[in-house]
Amino acid sequence: MKKIVAVLALFGLIIIIAIGVFSQNEQEPTLTMNLKEKYSKKYNTSVDHTKFIILQQKFNTPQQITLACISCHNQRHREIMKSNHWNWEREEYIQGRGIVYIGKKNVMNNFCIGTKGNEESCAKCHIGFGMDSTGKIFIDSTNIDCLVCHDNTETYVKAQEKGGAPVATLDFNKIAEGVGKPKRTNCGVCHFYGGGGNNVKHGDLEMSLFEPTRDIDVHMGTDGLNMQCTDCHITEKHIISGKLFSFASTCSNRNSCEQCHTNNPHDDDMLNKHTLKVACESCHIPTYAKVNATKMFWDWSQAGKLRNGEPYTEEDSMGNHSYMSIKGRFIWKKNVKPDYIWFNGTAAHYLEGDKISDITKPLILNKLNGSYSDDESKIVPVKIHAAKQPFDPINRILIQPKLFSEKKGEGAFWKDFNWLTASEVGMKDVHLPFSGKVAFIRTEMYWPVNHMVAPKEQAVECSECHTRINSRLDGLRDFYMPGRDFSKPVETTGILLVIFSMIGVVLHGSIRIINSWKNKRGLK
Amino acid sequence: MSKKVFVVYKSFERFWHWMQALLIFFLAFSGFEIHGVYTFFGFQNAVTYHTIAAYMFLILIVFAVFWHLTTGEWKQYIPTFENMKAQLNYYIFGIFKNAPHPTKKTVLSKLNPLQKLTYFGLKIIVIPVIVTSGLFYMFYRYPTQSGIQALNIESLEIIAVLHTLAAFILLAFIIVHIYLITTGDTITSNLKAMLTGYEELEDEIEEEKPEDLTNEISISTLENN
Repeated sequence: MKKIVAVLALFGLIIIIAIGVFSQNEQEPTLTMNLKEKYSKKYNTSVDHTKFIILQQKFNTPQQITLACISCHNQRHREIMKSNHWNWEREEYIQGRGIVYIGKKNVMNNFCIGTKGNEESCAKCHIGFGMDSTGKIFIDSTNIDCLVCHDNTETYVKAQEKGGAPVATLDFNKIAEGVGKPKRTNCGVCHFYGGGGNNVKHGDLEMSLFEPTRDIDVHMGTDGLNMQCTDCHITEKHIISGKLFSFASTCSNRNSCEQCHTNNPHDDDMLNKHTLKVACESCHIPTYAKVNATKMFWDWSQAGKLRNGEPYTEEDSMGNHSYMSIKGRFIWKKNVKPDYIWFNGTAAHYLEGDKISDITKPLILNKLNGSYSDDESKIVPVKIHAAKQPFDPINRILIQPKLFSEKKGEGAFWKDFNWLTASEVGMKDVHLPFSGKVAFIRTEMYWPVNHMVAPKEQAVECSECHTRINSRLDGLRDFYMPGRDFSKPVETTGILLVIFSMIGVVLHGSIRIINSWKNKRGLK
Repeated sequence: MSKKVFVVYKSFERFWHWMQALLIFFLAFSGFEIHGVYTFFGFQNAVTYHTIAAYMFLILIVFAVFWHLTTGEWKQYIPTFENMKAQLNYYIFGIFKNAPHPTKKTVLSKLNPLQKLTYFGLKIIVIPVIVTSGLFYMFYRYPTQSGIQALNIESLEIIAVLHTLAAFILLAFIIVHIYLITTGDTITSNLKAMLTGYEELEDEIEEEKPEDLTNEISISTLENN
């Protein structure tokens, strides 16, 4: 007997030790160490731009600076003029539509709706000068704004509503002599403020990433690797890798974590198995809008209210605009858990003039395709931005309103606050019919969340998805997930089986006890 | 007939039984956590521990199968309907009146007809189902990961549901099994036998050498049959 107990105890011990040995693995994978080494190397420029006499001349127009750049870099402007940053559109294939040219030029969003008719204001984020509704600037290479991307002095600023021209009072010699590879400041000055303010659009791209900590973004953290945008968005001949599916439709030139980290980045085999169906971002970006709030809802139908005939603004508790007469009512959120969807790298888009088939349902402006059964699909985190925006209920098309204008009386909503005239002028600009009626429809946009990658210690825990209550993946029901799902019939049968076994055992046992007690009494 | 002490359960058999008991308890406990019934280890740990225990269980099964085949003990589990009604009657009526066991337990035939049928079912259906579905559970991603699309398993659902069903059946079995331990000659005689290997049985076969209790004898007797 003692021997057996000893053997059992020994085996119990072996099990515990085995579990301990198998589950501890503190060593950092070699791959990550190599990557850290690679991105720690300092980049040294091969030329000193302060020595170039051509950059010491007096610049009277921004175009003169571009000419100076092109005089040495004499092929680069050709590359730029092929890029989507310049053209504000690119060739995409949409299933069922074929090849389309889409971009800021012609796609409608549910923030400021669209650029058409508002070019001079929107062009503050175009890499060129002199943008207007005629589109003439696109054929003239001297209109390329080299500095907005290559200024390393952090002093270059584009002017408001001037078609993309810089503020006139800048020290252009200092800026031109201080050019270099684009830094976070260059990209961020546009990409962090899209939609008319900090973090309005993306949620994962905002001004805290100018100087982030590792906790905000493990790659860009200034207390860590301090990586720049272009370290991941590898650029060759001014073609930048990576794209966003608010415009993009095809699964090409995508940026991914795997390009450095591979498909099997974990020590744990069980985690590596996930990479087949789960994008890295799903676990490694537990929340977005970590520092500043992002806009989640935009209600255009509330816009146009005036106080004493004047437009006004209201703020929420975080200090963000909750109401603006020119734009309507907003809801902002901070530290947001992403929504999750299946995504295979292709998207469909609502393009100008498309008929809305069902006006009772929310209209999805960029439908991201994917499902569990699709081999190319993975679960990705997204920010869903909802809005109520104007549409023409008779023609069933979204309205591109005229928003911006210098003067009152031109129909611009931001000056005249009249939906009818703004719609009429705006629709005429885009050559679309307008019935004279304006209604509002709920629309949604899906923004994949790719930035603000957290340190691995903060990654989403297994149990945040693999749970029956409040699973992060509650919305995705087209597959079986352990811990969350079960078969109702099997569960009921199983529980009943166990309960009946217990009842049977208890009943049988009780009768035996009672009977043996009776027998004993009987014997006495 | 006199009563004698026999070696009913040989040392490997006892080791196999208790190791299996330990592993099944642990697998059930960690498994139902993975199933989302409660939280104890935490999901990630539960998965890791469950997998390790599963590998140990597989190794144990390999040894047990080998032992059963080489010793011929597998014959113990061949189901029979002989005496089945009497055995049922005993559990439903006789046991309450202190009636004697209808099936004589001997070294050559340790199991009554109900036990034979139950263990046969476990060994032929439930354990194979839970082991196979468990292996699929662990490895169903590998074909696709290594690019063999033809072997792709589309959905985990059928695998997981079968695994769960088998787990429920095992759980019910354990409940009844533990209770039925107490239905031996005395409340603890079955438990003692499984722990020590020795049990007092009615002496039928070995009347010529009643004092000999070695394993060799019992095995050779088995083989002769």
